[in-house]
Amino acid sequence: MALNIATGSTSHSAYDLRSTYGDAVERHTLAVIVDNEPGVLARVIGLFSGRGYNIESLTVAETDHAGHLSRITIVTAGTPQIIDQIEAQLGRIVAVRAVHDLTAEGPAVERELALLKVVATGDHRVEALRLADIFRAKAVDSTLESFVFEITGTPEKVDAFADLMRPLGLQEIARTGVAALSRGPRSA
Amino acid sequence: MDGTTQMSREMTGARMVIQALKDQGVDTVFGYPGGAVLPIYDEIFQQNDIRHILVRHEQAAVHAAEGYARSTGRVGVALVTSGPGATNAVTGLTDALMDSIPIVVLTGQVPTFMIGSDAFQEADTIGITRPCTKANWLVKDTDRLAATLHEAFHVARSGRPGPVLIDIPKDVQFATGIYAARQEHRSRYQPKRQPDPAMIEAIVAAMETAERPVLYTGGGVINSGPEATRLLRELVAATGFPITSTLMGLGAYPASGPQWLGMLGMHGLYEANMAMHGCDLMLNVGARFDDRITGRLDAFSPGSRKVHIDIDPSSINKVVRVDFPVVADVAEALRAILDLWTARGRKVNAAGLAAWQGQVAGWRARKCLGYTPSKATIKPQYALERLEALTKGHDRYICTEVGQHQMWAAQFLGFEDPNRWMTSGGLGTMGYGFPASIGVQLAHPDALVINVAGEASWLMNMQEMGTAVQYRLPVKQFILNNERLGMVRQWQQLLHGERYSQSWSEALPDFVKLAEAFGAKGILCKDPADLDDAIMEMLNHPGPVIFDCLVEKHENCFPMIPSGKPHNEMLLGEASTEGAIQAGGAVLV
Repeated sequence: MALNIATGSTSHSAYDLRSTYGDAVERHTLAVIVDNEPGVLARVIGLFSGRGYNIESLTVAETDHAGHLSRITIVTAGTPQIIDQIEAQLGRIVAVRAVHDLTAEGPAVERELALLKVVATGDHRVEALRLADIFRAKAVDSTLESFVFEITGTPEKVDAFADLMRPLGLQEIARTGVAALSRGPRSA
Repeated sequence: MDGTTQMSREMTGARMVIQALKDQGVDTVFGYPGGAVLPIYDEIFQQNDIRHILVRHEQAAVHAAEGYARSTGRVGVALVTSGPGATNAVTGLTDALMDSIPIVVLTGQVPTFMIGSDAFQEADTIGITRPCTKANWLVKDTDRLAATLHEAFHVARSGRPGPVLIDIPKDVQFATGIYAARQEHRSRYQPKRQPDPAMIEAIVAAMETAERPVLYTGGGVINSGPEATRLLRELVAATGFPITSTLMGLGAYPASGPQWLGMLGMHGLYEANMAMHGCDLMLNVGARFDDRITGRLDAFSPGSRKVHIDIDPSSINKVVRVDFPVVADVAEALRAILDLWTARGRKVNAAGLAAWQGQVAGWRARKCLGYTPSKATIKPQYALERLEALTKGHDRYICTEVGQHQMWAAQFLGFEDPNRWMTSGGLGTMGYGFPASIGVQLAHPDALVINVAGEASWLMNMQEMGTAVQYRLPVKQFILNNERLGMVRQWQQLLHGERYSQSWSEALPDFVKLAEAFGAKGILCKDPADLDDAIMEMLNHPGPVIFDCLVEKHENCFPMIPSGKPHNEMLLGEASTEGAIQAGGAVLV
C-alpha cells in the first residue's frame, strides 16, 4: 500500500508541515550580497535544491569590483515560515555578506529584460511592430521576415508581451531574470 | 622563528600547511598519504611538532578528528589525498556538519593544470563536499594558502562549529609563496554572540512566574565551552528547574544532579518526555528540535511558551515556532539571564515549582528503564549497568556506534561532565565509534576510553584495530553482540510483521581471535555471572581490548515514542508493541 502523505496532514506525519505563520504561498524577491568567489553561487543554488526551496528567477553579476562583491537577486515562493528559513539559511553561508528581503522591507522596483524573436510576414509583421510600440519594446534586429525585440519591465509585463507575440510568430525568447532595488534613498 | 611574530616569509605550500597547523596549535593530524599529498607528507617527515596518526581508511581519519575535537573542545584535523581519499572523507564531513563538530579536512588535488581533465585520482572534491561542509576552498595560488588555512580554522570554530575543507592541488604544494600569519580578528566572519537584552528581560519575567518550567539542553551547551556548562549548572542549582538533555548534550548537567530528568526523545526517559509534554515554560538551550526529540509536532508540548537559545539563526523557527528566540552564544545568553534574574531578586513561582517537582517525582517512580533480568543470558542493559558501576570514578570517555546499544548507553551510563560522550547523533553513522575512540585516546592518553558498540556497527571500521595497536592506544571496544542489527530488527518486529529482512549478522568473526590476529587482547563473555570479572580484566589490561559480550538477541530498546506519536504516548518496556506504529508513522525513519 502506498503511503500518500500530503503536506500538512498531521494525523499521518510526525513531520507536521503546517506552518503556524499561515499557509499562503507568497512570492518574495531577495537580494543576496556575496563575496565574488568561486563556488558561492553553487552554494546558494545547492541550498535551494538541497532543502527543497523554489527558485522562480535568479540573476547574478559582480556589482562592486573593488569590494569584490556580487549581487544575487532571487525570486522565490513559499509560506512566510519558509521565506524566513530561506533568509536565515542564506545568511549563515560564510561567503554571504547580507540578505535583504526586498518584498518585506518595503517597496522595491523590479525589472527584467527579455529578447524575443518574432518570425512573421504580412499583417502579423505589422501587428507585431504595433504591439511592440505599445509595450515600448525596441526592435534591435530586423530582417525581411523577422524581428528581435528588446523589452524591459516587470516579469508580468514581459509575460504579457510574450503572450501577445506568440500567435504572431514568436520563435524564441531569452530572459535575464529579475533585477531589483528598494525604492527611496535606503539601500539594501 | 615563528610565523606569529614575523609577519610573512617565503616557503613552499607544503611547508605552509605545517606552519599554519603549528600556528593554530594543532598537535595531532589524522591522515592517510597518497600521490596528491606527498609534498605535505614530506614536510611531516621533516619535523617533530605535529604528530601524524596513520589510520587505515580515510573515513576513520575524519571520525578520529571528530572524537579528538569533541573530547577536547579544539579543532580536529584530517589530511587525505585526492579522489578516493576525499570521497572516503564525505561521511565524516557530513557527520560533523550534522553534529556541529569543528574539524578541518585537508585534501590533496591533482595539479591545477590537470583539473578538469579526468586525471588519475581526480574528483571534484569542492563540488562533492560543498553540501557537507560549513565552507570549503580550492586554493589555486600558494600566496593565498596560509590565509585560507587560518580562515578555515576560524570558520570551523566560530559561531555554530562545523567541518571545513581545503583542497590543495599538488603544484600549489610545491610552489613557493609568502606565508601570512594568523589574524582571525581581521576575518569578516564574526557571528553574533550577544543576546538581545529585551528578549532576556522577557525570558526572565517568564521564568519568575512559570509553574512548570523545564530546561531542554543540547550539544550547543557543550560546543559553547566550559563557561556555558558552569552557568547552566549554576542556573539549575539556583532555580531548581528540572533539566533534560538531547543525546548530544549529555554531560553538560551531571547525571547525578538533583534536577536531572535523563535524556529525552524517542528513546528518552518517561519523566523527561512527560515533563516536556506538560511544561508551561520550555527553555531550549543549544538544541534544535530534532525529529528524534519532538515526536509528532502538532502535539509537541502543546501548553508551553518556548524559549530557544541558538547561535545559528536558521535553527530558530525551523521546526517549532518559539515565543522567545535568542540568537546568541549559549554562555553569553545564560550569563545575561542569570545576571538579570539575580538583579530582579531571584524570584521563582515556589508553589507552582513544588507541585511540578512532585509531578516529576511521580513520573520518575514509573522507573521506565526497568527490564526483565536474566540469570541465563546477559541483558544488554545489565551489561551497561555493570560497566557503569565498574568504571564509575575512572577518568572515563565513552564513544558509541549507532543503534540499540547507543540508546542503552545513553540511558544507562551517567555523564558527570561535558566532552565525555562522543556519539553520532544527527547523521547516525554506524562505524563512527571505533575511530572516534582512537581520536579521544590520543587526546587523553591516560584516560579510560570505551567504545560501546554493536557488532554490526563495529565491523564497519574494524580495520582501525591496526591503528590502535600501532600507536598502543588502550581503547576498549565493548561490543554488545546480539548477532543482529538490533534497531533494524526492532523496527521490523514493530512495523514489518516480524519479517526480519537482512537484519542478522551472519558469518561473524571470532572476535577474540580477531583481536589476537591484530596483536590485541580479546575477551569473550556470555554468562552474567562472569561479567564483572571479565569487565575488570578488560579494564586492567594495558592495551586495546575487543570485548565480545554475547547478549540477549531479541531485546528491544524501551522506552520508545513510536513514530508519529506525541511524547505522552510513549511505550514502556512491558507494554504491548503490536500495532504501535500506524501506517502514517511507517513512512518516518
